[in-house]
Amino acid sequence: MFAFIVRRIIQAILVMLVIGLVGFVIQHQIGDPVRDLVGERVTPAEREVIRDRLGLNDPFYVQYVRFVKNAVKGDLGLSFFYKKPALEVIAAKAPATIELVIVTAIIVILISIPAGIYSAINPRSLFSRFVMAISTIGVAIPVFLTAIALIYLFAVELNWLPSYGRGETVNLWGWQSGFFTWDGLTHLILPSVSLSTIMLPLFIRLVRAEMMEVLETDYIKFAWAKGLHRQRVWYIHAFKNTLLPVITVFGVELGILFAFTILTETVFQWQGMGFMFLEAVERSDTSLLVAYLVVVGVIFVVVNTTVDIIYGFVNPMVRIAGTK
Amino acid sequence: MRPWERFKKSYLLYSFKRDPIAIISFGVLAVLAIISLLAPLIAPYNTYDTATYDIMDAETPPSWMEGGNEMFLLGTDIQGRDLLSTMIYGLRVSFLIGVGAVVFQALVGILVGMLSGYLGGKLDAFLMRLADIQFSIPYLIVAIFTAAIFKLAFGVGRYEELAVPLLIIIIGMSEWPKYARTVRASVLGEKNKEYVEAARVIGFNRRQIMFRHVLPNTMTPVLVISTIQVAGAVMSEAALSFLGLGMPITKPSLGSLIRAGFEYIFSGSWWITFFPGVLLVIFILVILLLGDWLRDVLNPKLYKG
Repeated sequence: MFAFIVRRIIQAILVMLVIGLVGFVIQHQIGDPVRDLVGERVTPAEREVIRDRLGLNDPFYVQYVRFVKNAVKGDLGLSFFYKKPALEVIAAKAPATIELVIVTAIIVILISIPAGIYSAINPRSLFSRFVMAISTIGVAIPVFLTAIALIYLFAVELNWLPSYGRGETVNLWGWQSGFFTWDGLTHLILPSVSLSTIMLPLFIRLVRAEMMEVLETDYIKFAWAKGLHRQRVWYIHAFKNTLLPVITVFGVELGILFAFTILTETVFQWQGMGFMFLEAVERSDTSLLVAYLVVVGVIFVVVNTTVDIIYGFVNPMVRIAGTK
Repeated sequence: MRPWERFKKSYLLYSFKRDPIAIISFGVLAVLAIISLLAPLIAPYNTYDTATYDIMDAETPPSWMEGGNEMFLLGTDIQGRDLLSTMIYGLRVSFLIGVGAVVFQALVGILVGMLSGYLGGKLDAFLMRLADIQFSIPYLIVAIFTAAIFKLAFGVGRYEELAVPLLIIIIGMSEWPKYARTVRASVLGEKNKEYVEAARVIGFNRRQIMFRHVLPNTMTPVLVISTIQVAGAVMSEAALSFLGLGMPITKPSLGSLIRAGFEYIFSGSWWITFFPGVLLVIFILVILLLGDWLRDVLNPKLYKG
């Protein structure tokens, strides 16, 4: 087990080095650190002096090693537009995205588990067929269309809910939170509902398929034979074993949710990391773009490695399959 | 037996005839394919020609509504272009990029999967690690990042000029690991079979065995995933265009039409977003349904839930 964990962590570090290399190449081939620092109005001679002082004329690998060292210390360069360290800018935008993902995850759990279980227990009922049909069509609708439809219905036509921005936020030890004001909460509804439509079809199907499989196993048949109450068999015995694969997939999909926040944040002008990323592209703010790349890379690598290690604990076949 | 006769007696056609969903999806997809292929003949106006439209016609509602104009069946967009024609040309662009990206990723993926599966060893370990790494990052993130980087590297003007080939490469590069893994898995299953050994005994070289003997036998799973991959590629293209990283508004795909229309939804011009949106959903849905059916027919073992 120890060897397995070490191997996974080494792999994670390698992946981060590769992502770092990509980021470094972008920053130095496309971006211009001198411009990021002093702007456009500096003579070429002065530029050269600054280049030298910043070590931009050093060999490639020396610069790369320096980039990695700085990155480990949390220094990912200056944002050209904000005139602040890039990581600081991202940290200021992160709460918006994290809150959006949390609310979405809650919605997905609250809907997919009951709906999945119900349609596994009653596969022929009208509701189950309806859910399955909706989830087939749901896969084909891009998230930005769902979002636009929701805006049109609830914000433009009915005028019930706000359509963009985060609304009023409360500052909690530097964390701008929308959870504690009515205005902030109403602003969260449309973005999180549309983001959850990406995961819902998949999760309802997953819960349903796993539950149906569990209901066919011997120990459930034994529970029936013992004469246990229906509720007990379904919700205690079968449900527990349904959860394990669902939790694993959920861990991985949480990362994918972060990817899709770029789309929802654009539609709702949500001031989070995804929105910031697109602004950085428009403004050619290379350092900020690279910093975002590295941060997202870290999130994915940490999530994947953790899920793998947990899975290694639960399922011994995984750690044996990896060894040669 | 001639190929046609063989096809007429095949299980594929038999199950196709018995599945109404497959028939309808195939019919709709065929119609959409013909429309986008013959776009210049079918579309009422040529929307790529700036001389044919007038900004004064902008935001005309569909012809059956108040203020509608009979010249524009589904109304006009923000630049005064006939929406129906723009959608037909948009569908053509989406179709082209979707299919192109899948062909590109299939070529890359098949090559990698074949080399890695047949040759094995260090090359296999290296290529599969690479695929693993990319697989652990969602394809949409890869596509968005690559598009952003290309846009910065090429500059906005040049990027928009080269948008179609660039998008094919971007979307293709973000999805190749799926093909690589699928092909590698079936190559591993094939390479120890007798016919491969026979070919080796005859003295064919490795390239001949790989591409003329093993490759045809790995095509079934490739076909199964290809249909669904086209739907994925169309969605990626729409997402990129919606984010402003894809097709420019002068040569819009369905995604960039929706992006342009969205800005005007608050002023009540819902049709600029609605019609392209519906067309996009129908397009993706029929491909997905057809892909599901194909997967069930060609590979019953895969089916679950």
